Amino acid sequence: MSERINVPTMQELMAKGESPDVLFWVGCAGSFDDRAKKITKAVVKILHNCGVKYAVLGTEEACTGDPAKRAGNEFLFQMQAFQNIQILNGYEIKKIVTGCPHCFNTIKNEYPGLGGDYEVVHHTQLIQDLINAGKLKVKEGGAFKGKRITFHDPCYLGRANEVYEAPRSVLSRLDAELVEMKRCKSKGLCCGAGGAQMFKEAEPGNKEVNIERTEDALETKANFIATGCPFCNTMMTDGVKNFNKEEEVKIMDIAEMIAMAADL
Amino acid sequence: MSVSGISFVILSVVALSLFVYNSLRIRNNINLGIDVDRSDSFNSRIKTTVLVALGQKKMFKRPISALLHLFIYVAFVITQLELIEIFVDGITGSHRAFRVSLGGLYTLIINSIEIVSVLAFVATLIFLIRRNLLKIPRFTMSEMTGWPKLDGNLILYFEILLICFIFMMNGGDEMLQLENGAESYGFVISSVVGPLLFGGLTPEALHLIEQIGWWGHISMVFLFLNYLPISKHFHILLAFPNVYYSNLRNKGELNNMQSVKKEVSMMFDPSADPYATPAEPANTEEPPARFGAKDVVDLNWVNLLNAYTCTECGRCSSSCPANQTGKKLSPRKIMMDTRDRLEEVGRNYRKHGVGHEDGKSLLGDYITEEEVWACTSCNACVEECPVNIDPLSIIIDLRRYLVMEESKSPSELTTMFTNIENNGAPWQFSPMDRFNWAAEE
Ligand code: HEM
Ligand code: SF4
Ligand code: SF4
Repeated sequence: MSERINVPTMQELMAKGESPDVLFWVGCAGSFDDRAKKITKAVVKILHNCGVKYAVLGTEEACTGDPAKRAGNEFLFQMQAFQNIQILNGYEIKKIVTGCPHCFNTIKNEYPGLGGDYEVVHHTQLIQDLINAGKLKVKEGGAFKGKRITFHDPCYLGRANEVYEAPRSVLSRLDAELVEMKRCKSKGLCCGAGGAQMFKEAEPGNKEVNIERTEDALETKANFIATGCPFCNTMMTDGVKNFNKEEEVKIMDIAEMIAMAADL
Repeated sequence: MSVSGISFVILSVVALSLFVYNSLRIRNNINLGIDVDRSDSFNSRIKTTVLVALGQKKMFKRPISALLHLFIYVAFVITQLELIEIFVDGITGSHRAFRVSLGGLYTLIINSIEIVSVLAFVATLIFLIRRNLLKIPRFTMSEMTGWPKLDGNLILYFEILLICFIFMMNGGDEMLQLENGAESYGFVISSVVGPLLFGGLTPEALHLIEQIGWWGHISMVFLFLNYLPISKHFHILLAFPNVYYSNLRNKGELNNMQSVKKEVSMMFDPSADPYATPAEPANTEEPPARFGAKDVVDLNWVNLLNAYTCTECGRCSSSCPANQTGKKLSPRKIMMDTRDRLEEVGRNYRKHGVGHEDGKSLLGDYITEEEVWACTSCNACVEECPVNIDPLSIIIDLRRYLVMEESKSPSELTTMFTNIENNGAPWQFSPMDRFNWAAEE
């Protein structure tokens, strides 16, 4: 992609007296982490090119509080939640798409009890809808043709919310061979980042969790490890590097794969 | 009433009273937990109970052990039918009181019992081999030494004995029947086993065997019954209420603490007067509840019910990413520790009065901080558990206590909290830069 997309913020839309069909919740990783920002941009490309009327909160967005909550800091979590809900309700947001399963889970399941009721979807679900509605077309024989892809289920998309099908349905459009790891779907092994582990050293053990999981992925002999979570993406990327396989095995978010295959 | 009738009645009354007493003790212990509302969604709770507990749905994720367990399970349930007759015979001195009146149905019932008993016998032998000869990691983890290991084996020995007694009873009786020139009972297994094992014995010997079988059987039932409350085998009863009251919401959802919500919503309420004196608490005697859990009494009653239901099967730990990579955390141990500590607290309360402090607590004396911080909150343990136990909610409550009451967390997490507080992100970036990505190439 060469053209720069002008990403609309809620503030701008509001000033024009407009409202979006869906708010794109970018998340902290998607906003600040260099690798995850690429995923964010892929989601934006998809939204933009499919003619979805969307907006982001921009600097008005703040951490959902997920890592604080799972690390036991309920106070901090609820402070973040109340603050975000005030902003979301102020803009009368109805539907949210998130770029991260943790944000997805928190806003979908934990915000309603605090006054924030929205329809929340993960970006793979939105992509699936766009494909099914014929708005998003994947080009034939693209970069993934004939390649092996394995999908790593994010815990907070899979077990936590039982979304197993949407990411697979999207990947199945890629003209590639989808191979499952020995532990997949409800039995999928965590990448090691959840529950605030992303932000600390692991406790003493005999192995890192992401190494254990990367072994599962490498066993499938896949050329691509598809992810749906910026944190899984980091963990799997580190894992693959650990085995010096970064040349042969690429880690990509489903949004990036689709944006690439649709030539956006 | 005959001597044996009186002995039978005394034995039954003692055994049943003891069982009721111990069950009530466990119920009281469970009621030490704080309240949580699970009175909702009657229909889906019933449906879940039928599928998961009665139907063993989650067990069948591991088909071989599920099938073996199913044999034991079905044998147990069907054998209860025969127990009715044993009670009638025991009290009145009759012999096979229902045989004549039930006729063909009676033969059918006894035949079913005999067939499933053989299957259960085989299953139990395989379980014994699995536990003691095959080196299956989930049975040899560090928490499975000492009593838990013995407990796992004892129940299987009981099962073997129980089944042996059933066949002594039916086999001996069959031979007596033939001895008396009467027609065979026609029970599928004992009509073969009887002549095979007891052929050629004197009527006196046969009578003795039959009596040992009969008394042995009922004694094993009573022993079993009273063994349950001190063992992981209480699951055979608690599995049902435990599944019924389990969390039916999305697994990813952690509860929003209401005590925190009250305070935070005050802060966000523009109409609240920050200088107003707080309203007088309704009951000043009540100490303010802790944030999170330090001890078992800070957990909710479903957590405590979970602890007594745990079968110690280790499916949770064998799917736990932390445990599988050598960390100290084992969700099974979390459940066992909770139960053991609750037993201890219950004993203390009965001895010294409710609320007695013994200077110990679940966190610290049973579960270490290292275990608590190793969890990735991945829900694998919750997903795996065949009886819908939720070890994660206990782990989170322990973390809440550490963070909110003791300000204790690994230093990197403290930094993460500060960042969220100051920058609205877990890393040290300025909130004003949050939208910069849109302007970058
Ligand atoms: C009501 C009659 C039941 C009986 C007599 C019974 C008996 C047993 C026995 C003897 C074992 C030990 C097997 C071993 O050595 O590993 C066992 C284990 C177990 N039981 Fe039950 N049980 C009953 C009901 C249930 C129910 C309703 C459930 C709910 C799903 C259940 C779940 C389990 C589980 C998860 C284990 C551990 C199995 C493993 O290690 O793979 N049981 N049971
Ligand atoms: S939620 Fe925690 S305890 Fe349970 S399996 Fe995952 S890491 Fe282990
Ligand atoms: S918590 Fe569930 S899965 Fe874990 S040992 Fe207990 S019964 Fe088995």
